[in-house]
Amino acid sequence: MSTTSTRAPATPGDATSASGTPLVGRGNKEGNRLFREWFEELTAAPEKGEQAAYVFVMGSMAELLRVFDFHTIFPEVNGLQTAVRHVADDYIAQAEDYGYSTDVCAYVKADVGLQLRDGSHPMGTIPKPALSVYTNACNTYIKWAEIWERLYHVPIFTLDVPGTRRAGGQTWRGSDDFANDLRYVQGQIEELIGVCETVSGKRFDIDKLRETMGFANRMSRAWKRIIELNKATPAVYNAVTDGTVYLGMVNGFRGREEGARYFEDLVEELEYKAAHHIGTPFKEKYRLVFAGVPCYPIFRRFGEMFSEWGGTFVGSTYLWFASGGANMGFEYDLDRPLESLAEGTLVTVRDAMDAMFYSDTLLADMVEPFGIDGVVYHPIKSCRTVSTGLADSRRVIMERTDAATLFIESDHMDKRAVSEAQLKNRIDAFFEGLASRRQRRAAGVDRQGRES
Amino acid sequence: MQNLAVLDPYQDLSLKEAFAYCRDLVEDPDFPTVRRWREAGGKVVGHFQVYFPEEIVHAAGALPFKVRGAPVEARQGESHFGSGLCSILKTSLELILSDRVQLDMFVSHPICDSARNLAAVWGRNADYPCEILYLPQNANSAHSADYLRGEYARLVRGVSAVAEHPVTDDDLRRSLGVFNENRRLMRELYEIKRSTPWLVAVDEAYVLVALGGMIPRDEHNELLSWFLPRIRERDASPQDRMRLVFEGGFCEQPPLDLLNTIAKFSYVVDDDLLIGLRWITSDVPAGEDPLADLAVAYLEQSSYSPVQHDLRKPKEAMLIERIRNAGAGAAIVTAAKMCEPGLDEVVAYVKALDEEGIPYFVSEFEERMTNFDNMQIQLETFIENLLFA
Repeated sequence: MSTTSTRAPATPGDATSASGTPLVGRGNKEGNRLFREWFEELTAAPEKGEQAAYVFVMGSMAELLRVFDFHTIFPEVNGLQTAVRHVADDYIAQAEDYGYSTDVCAYVKADVGLQLRDGSHPMGTIPKPALSVYTNACNTYIKWAEIWERLYHVPIFTLDVPGTRRAGGQTWRGSDDFANDLRYVQGQIEELIGVCETVSGKRFDIDKLRETMGFANRMSRAWKRIIELNKATPAVYNAVTDGTVYLGMVNGFRGREEGARYFEDLVEELEYKAAHHIGTPFKEKYRLVFAGVPCYPIFRRFGEMFSEWGGTFVGSTYLWFASGGANMGFEYDLDRPLESLAEGTLVTVRDAMDAMFYSDTLLADMVEPFGIDGVVYHPIKSCRTVSTGLADSRRVIMERTDAATLFIESDHMDKRAVSEAQLKNRIDAFFEGLASRRQRRAAGVDRQGRES
Repeated sequence: MQNLAVLDPYQDLSLKEAFAYCRDLVEDPDFPTVRRWREAGGKVVGHFQVYFPEEIVHAAGALPFKVRGAPVEARQGESHFGSGLCSILKTSLELILSDRVQLDMFVSHPICDSARNLAAVWGRNADYPCEILYLPQNANSAHSADYLRGEYARLVRGVSAVAEHPVTDDDLRRSLGVFNENRRLMRELYEIKRSTPWLVAVDEAYVLVALGGMIPRDEHNELLSWFLPRIRERDASPQDRMRLVFEGGFCEQPPLDLLNTIAKFSYVVDDDLLIGLRWITSDVPAGEDPLADLAVAYLEQSSYSPVQHDLRKPKEAMLIERIRNAGAGAAIVTAAKMCEPGLDEVVAYVKALDEEGIPYFVSEFEERMTNFDNMQIQLETFIENLLFA
C-alpha cells in the first residue's frame, strides 16, 4: 500500500520517507498543508468560473460531483473551523439575530452567519452553492439545505438512503429488502446525474467516474487500515485530536488522487509507528474510546484534559460516522460503476447512521480487541442525531463490558454550552476512578475491598 | 378483533358530557382504551409521530396506537436521554418503562434526528420488535412510490407476524375503506371548524381527532358519526373573535389547556395538530395493488409538515395557503421546545408571513407545561391589537 520507501533511522522517531520528509508526524503536517490549500482553491473558485456543491460528511457523493468538476464544500467543516478558531460565536449570534433559536444546531447557525456575510470565513471565502446534494443521514441536513434553497434558489437534492431498520437488522445483497433499497438509491443517483448535467452544463462521463471511484477505493482501503492500526500499544494516533485532521482530509479530498496518496502515506507512517511502538506525544496509561463529537470551542484544552492523565483515544464513533462509513473499507466495482456507487452509498451511509443509532454494539465489540479501559460519551446540545441515544447506549456498555464510562455534555460549537471547569471536574474524577480501579485489580480486590 | 368496543357507552350522554368523557380519555396517561383492547387479547402496534400507514395494522386485526407522549413526569424516561431533547421522546418511553402502556411492536420514523434514535433506544428497553419505517425522504424521486411500496410490504410481513394474521390484499382493501370513511369524517369536522368555528372549539376538535389514535378506527368512525350532527345542531352563535391558524402541532402536542386558552380568545379555523392522522387528504383507491395505492397516497395525496421535504410543497407557501383557505386573519406559529425541525421552520414561516403582511404570534410550548398565564396575557394582547387596530 505504501508509495514511498522508508529510510532506516538512527532512532525510530527520526525516520524519513524516500523524499527525505520526516515520517513521524508527516500525516498531520501534510494534512494541515493540504487543508489550507483546499480552502485557497475554494476561495479562488468563483473567479475561475468554477462551481461549488454544498455537501455533507455523511454521503458527500464527491466521486460523482467531481465528474462535473464541482468543488465540494462541507458546511460542517466550515463551522468546525470557526469554533476551533474561536470566532463561531459571531456567526452564531448573527443567525440568532436572523431568527434562529438558541436550540437549533449551531453548525446550521454558523453557516447561516457565514452566508449572511457573503462567505467570509477565517480560512478564506466560501463560494455560494450552484447546487446542494445531501443524504438523510442527518435529518438536519435536509432542513439546512432548505435554507440554501430559500436564500439562493438553487437546486437541492435529497439522496435518500434507507438505514438499518432495527438493531442487527442490516440486509445485504441477496435479500429482497436490500434490493428494494438499492433500486431506490440507484434510481436517485441516476436522477442526480441529470441534475448535475443541467447545473454544470457538462455531460456525464462514466470513465471519469471510474477514475474518481478508484481514488475513493484507495482512500477507503487506507481508512479501514488506519482504524485497525490503533489496536497497537501504544496507540499510533489520538482518534479525537489527530483523528479530526484525518477526517478533514477524508472528506475534503475524497475522490481525488491527492487524497488517495495522502492516506496511503498515512498508513505507511502509522504502520511504521506501530512496528516501532511509537505512540502519541503523551505517555499512554489508559486506552479510551470516544462516542460523540469533540468540543471544538476548547478543542486543544479538551484533548489535554484527557492526555494529561495519560488517556489516549484509540477509537471514536466520530471516525466512523463523520467519514461517511469509510471505515467499512468498501471498494467499488469499477466494472459496474453506477450500480456499485449505489451499493457503496447505501451500505456506507447506513453504516455511518448505525455508528450513531446503534453505537452500543459497535462500542462493546471494540472493548476487547482495542484493550479499552473506558468509554467517554460526549453528547452535544447541537446534534440530536449523534447525541439522543448516547445515555441509553451507555447503559448497555455498563452491562455488557467491564469498561468504565464517562458521560459529559457540552457543545461542539456553542461556547455558551461549554463549561470547562465542570468538564474538568468530571474528567478528573473519571481518571481517579480508573486509577483506583487499576490499583484494586493489581491488589486483587473488588470495589468493596474483598479479594477477587 | 376490530369489532371489540373499547369505549364506554356514550350515546346517551349530552354533547357536553360526551366531550368531557373524550377529553378525559385523551388526557389519561394510562390509555385505558389501549389497555382494554389488549386485555381482550388484542395486539397493539405503537407508532411514533407523525404519519404511519395504520391501515396495515388494522388489516392485521391489531390496534394501531399513536405514540405521542403523555402528560406524565418522565421519571424513568429522563435517565435514558441526555439534555437538550424534546419532551415527547422522554414521556413516550416513560409510558412503557412505567408499564402504563404495553405494546407488541413499536415503529418509529425518520422524521427527525431524535425520532430515528428512538427506535434503537426503545429496542434496547423492550422485548418486542422495534423498528424504523423508512418513509421516503426524497418525495420528488420518480422511484419513491415503488420504494415505499416495497417498504410497506416489509412492514406487512412484520405486522402479520406480530398479529399472527397474514395480511391479504382483501384485508387491506377493507381497511382502506374504513380509513377513507374516517378521513371523510375528519375532513367534515375540519370543515365545521372553518365554516362555523363557533360550533366547535380547537380543543374539542382536537380530542375527537386524538381519540382516533387510541381506539379501533371502526369505533372512531361511529364516534365521529355520533358527534358531527350534534355539533352542527349546537346552540351557539358567532362572536367577534379573531380567526386564527395554529401551526406547530405536528409532533409533540401542546397541552389541552393551552389549546383551551387559545380558544377563549379566538377561533382556530385550521391547524396542523396531529397532522399525521389527517395526512392523506382524499380517498385512497383500493385497487389491484392496495399497498401501491397507499404508497402513492403518502406522496401525492397528502398534507405538509416540517418533517417532510417535498420541493412541490414549500412549507411556508403551504402555511400561507392554509391561512387563505381557512379565511384566517392571523397565525399562531409555534414549535415544541427543542424540536429542531419545528424551530427551523419558524424562521421561514415568519419571513413568509411578514412578506404577506399576515400578523402572527410566535411561541414555544412543551407538552408538560402547566402555567399558561403569561401566554394568555401575550395572546390576549396580540389579539386585542388586531381587533382594535
